[in-house]
Amino acid sequence: MEYEAIIGLEVHVQLKTQTKLFCGCPIEYGALPNSRVCPICLGLPGALPSPNKQAIILTIQTGLMLGSEIAPRGKFDRKNYFYPDMPKNYQISQYDQPLCKGGAVQLYPLAFPKDAQKDPQAQSRKKIRLVRIHLEEDVGKSFHFGDYSGIDFNRAGTPLMEIVSEADIRSPEEAFAYLTALRQILRYGNVSDCDMEKGQLRCDVNVSVKPIGEEKWGTKCEIKNLNSISAVRKALKYEIQRQIHILELGGEISQETLRWDDLKGQTFPMRTKEYAHDYRYFPDPDLLTILTEGELIEEAQKRIPELPEEKKQRLSQHYGLTEYQASVLASDPQLADFFEKAAAQSANKVSVANFLINDYLAVASESETAIPIPPEYFSELSNLVDQGKLHMKQAKEIVKLMVTEKKSPTLIVQEKGLAQITSLDTLDAICKEAIEANPKSVADYRSGKTAAINAIKGYVMKKTKGQANPKIVHELLEKKLHELG
Amino acid sequence: MNLFEYTISELRKLLVRKELSPTELTEALFSRIAEVEPKINAYNYINHERAIERAKTINVDLPLGGIPIAIKDNINVRAEPCRCASKILEGYLSPYNATVIEKLIKAGAILVGRTNMDEFAMGSSTENSATGLTKNPWDLQRVPGGSSGGSAAAVASHEAFCALGSDTGGSIRQPASFCGCVGLKPTYGRVSRYGLTAFASSLDQIGPLTKTVEDAALLLEVISGFDPNDNTSEKMPVPRFSELLETLSLKNMVLGVPKEYFIEGIDGEVREAINKAIAHFESLGAKIEEVSLPHTPYAVATYYILATAEASANLARFDGIRYGRRSKHYEDLLDYYGKTRDEGFGSEVKRRILLGTYVLSSGYYDAYYLRALKVKEKIKQDFSSVFKKCQALLTPTSPFCAFRIGEKSNDPLQMYLADIFTIAVNLAGICGLSIPCGQSTEGLPIGLQIIGPAWKEEVILALGHLYQKSTGWKPPIPPLEKT
Repeated sequence: MEYEAIIGLEVHVQLKTQTKLFCGCPIEYGALPNSRVCPICLGLPGALPSPNKQAIILTIQTGLMLGSEIAPRGKFDRKNYFYPDMPKNYQISQYDQPLCKGGAVQLYPLAFPKDAQKDPQAQSRKKIRLVRIHLEEDVGKSFHFGDYSGIDFNRAGTPLMEIVSEADIRSPEEAFAYLTALRQILRYGNVSDCDMEKGQLRCDVNVSVKPIGEEKWGTKCEIKNLNSISAVRKALKYEIQRQIHILELGGEISQETLRWDDLKGQTFPMRTKEYAHDYRYFPDPDLLTILTEGELIEEAQKRIPELPEEKKQRLSQHYGLTEYQASVLASDPQLADFFEKAAAQSANKVSVANFLINDYLAVASESETAIPIPPEYFSELSNLVDQGKLHMKQAKEIVKLMVTEKKSPTLIVQEKGLAQITSLDTLDAICKEAIEANPKSVADYRSGKTAAINAIKGYVMKKTKGQANPKIVHELLEKKLHELG
Repeated sequence: MNLFEYTISELRKLLVRKELSPTELTEALFSRIAEVEPKINAYNYINHERAIERAKTINVDLPLGGIPIAIKDNINVRAEPCRCASKILEGYLSPYNATVIEKLIKAGAILVGRTNMDEFAMGSSTENSATGLTKNPWDLQRVPGGSSGGSAAAVASHEAFCALGSDTGGSIRQPASFCGCVGLKPTYGRVSRYGLTAFASSLDQIGPLTKTVEDAALLLEVISGFDPNDNTSEKMPVPRFSELLETLSLKNMVLGVPKEYFIEGIDGEVREAINKAIAHFESLGAKIEEVSLPHTPYAVATYYILATAEASANLARFDGIRYGRRSKHYEDLLDYYGKTRDEGFGSEVKRRILLGTYVLSSGYYDAYYLRALKVKEKIKQDFSSVFKKCQALLTPTSPFCAFRIGEKSNDPLQMYLADIFTIAVNLAGICGLSIPCGQSTEGLPIGLQIIGPAWKEEVILALGHLYQKSTGWKPPIPPLEKT
């Protein structure tokens, strides 16, 4: 029996505002515990919430970017339950009038994991529909020390956007792609940095399995504690297999909340801390209805940049790049921007693109959000190659040095004396020396083993510390070897 | 005349003319407090030293420069305890000032202390206090009313010149009526709630308790105004209430008398006093018209659904985790919450939290909470309708005078009915003033309620002032003899 998985994702995104959702406390990752708090986010008696307009605008902006319907009236509701990390023992959230309804996330090949990019599912251009997007406040963070626990309320009150997808996702790889594509749009919109390590993007997944062809959906389980996009993929892979295995043995899936253990590579049932799921939602009487038409929607619209799809098309057309090249550059709006600045100062745009894609990205640090060197370095590099001062292999090495030493290519060439040797006289002399020094290779070449030229070439390259232009060397050697008769 | 007998407006004149110093005045008040407090027990907290320090350097040219004021124990004052008369806030010191406190300080007022109340403002007698029992200055065996009983008793016995209280269902007006002083509930949104420990967010308002209507106008002026920290406060301009007190003409004024407020069960002497007050306004030139507020019978039920629902969420934060009192012995987290709150809250508070949780719970929300919201709208419309032909309404503040301590505390529903005439004003979000209009044969004060449309405090203040002026009202001094 063949099974298929039905997957839905619930993503919590920390919005990139200066201050919290209902008070003026600054949002600062890594600040000393309980140093970014006030009566409002601590739930002191008498404190009242004041809504952060920017957070509402960013949420509307996200809805607009994802094609959602923006509610003309949004309201905040109280979600009531008791837990130590909740200062008021109710969370201000949105229940039945979320700011955004519907919308979708477009998947694309490069969003899939590297080892699945060539799969048929990666080419489908599928759209994962959204149910809703709403705004709510985050809770504090618990820390456990031996026989007591501590709570840091710095995070309490941070604005979170909850994005709920329809159960349109059918594989762990599609889930990976959904998160990557979603993260791309959020970064593009400058709505969030989506750094999962800093907790700026959190994901819970719901997954069930059913036999292919069966109409009725299976019982779903929820998996929490997923700390990276690849963990989401791994957890889903495991859980789908776990559920299929149970069904194949004739068992039943019980609806559970599971915790993903990345070290063990397994899901485990969570001990339920929630005793009642009746949140007794009611409209928060401290907050007015949000009227989105007019100023809020206008401000949100102004913030929408050129979106990834548009940018890919434009880069491809304008700079003569392949779909793949445009896709890679557009994967990060800062990278695309950087490329365009570099390309502006170079005659050879494609060459600049290639240096970025093939050489820079290989050495770039994952954690750096900004490219640490100026775009001019790349245009300079590309121009040096075009002018014959460097050959391609040298240029690729120089990219590494540009990043580590933060120096311009011209300076590096000067300091390391890397200028390409193209002088025929110089090269001629070294080639002559190489032939004399490698009689066996010469003999091999002359007896028909044409690949033997590489050893002689290698001698020249070594002698010139890689600076000799390989093409010229090759031509010179061939000429000399033939002259030998 | 003793210094403690004066009103704010009289004191302001003396202070500005430098015939009296703030220090002298404040000391005089503290002497009165020392004399009378043992009998009344209106105060939970007194800070003599800080008040005198401030009195020494205060600028008397400020609107309330040099005037001492008492604050109800649920309004946050920096570095003061904010106990809300509850065990669960034992040891809690507030790190911030409520907006009204900032305004009072800016206006030159001198904070003297904090007054007793029903725990978390839940009650109509101040008997639900974990910090002591306050007596009615007119009969020490009777209650001062609630929940702002401490503030009313302090003003009425002249151990405060004025006080702030809070009113959710009548908690300023009813104690003012029981104690024989003036109490005003402003329009919802007129005064910032930031710093007022919330009971029912959509109904709570802070207001003045004073000896005269003139004083209430002065105080209201200072504490009113839009506050960006309170999303529910309105951007309405604040009239200079004290300057508008005598600008009203009773000619062409129609005062409504709602028939639903003159039902069976009102104490005979109360009815007589109110009728006399109504006749007095008529003799001054007003037209009296009988009107109807048909949804009045539903007001108490509507209130006890909406207020308790909101309170159940507002009081959830009291769990001893970040501040306040914690239970010392518990098995696990759930047990911790249960014990801390069971030990920390009084029975009326627990009763209302349970009720509020019930009406919000799944399966009951539509039948209770949602329906109550609809009835609230109807009640609001009742008032809007009558205000098309009347400028204000006259009613009793309470169906009876102050009852004996312990008389109603075993029957919560009986206690709830004490607010029957004040509650609808909160539900409609409009303004209401209670002024003394007589005494029972036992010497207990009777209160007249003047109800005005939203944003028309100047009308009810002018009417109240006119009554006091034309009847030669002088704030009496209770004998304080009955022990």
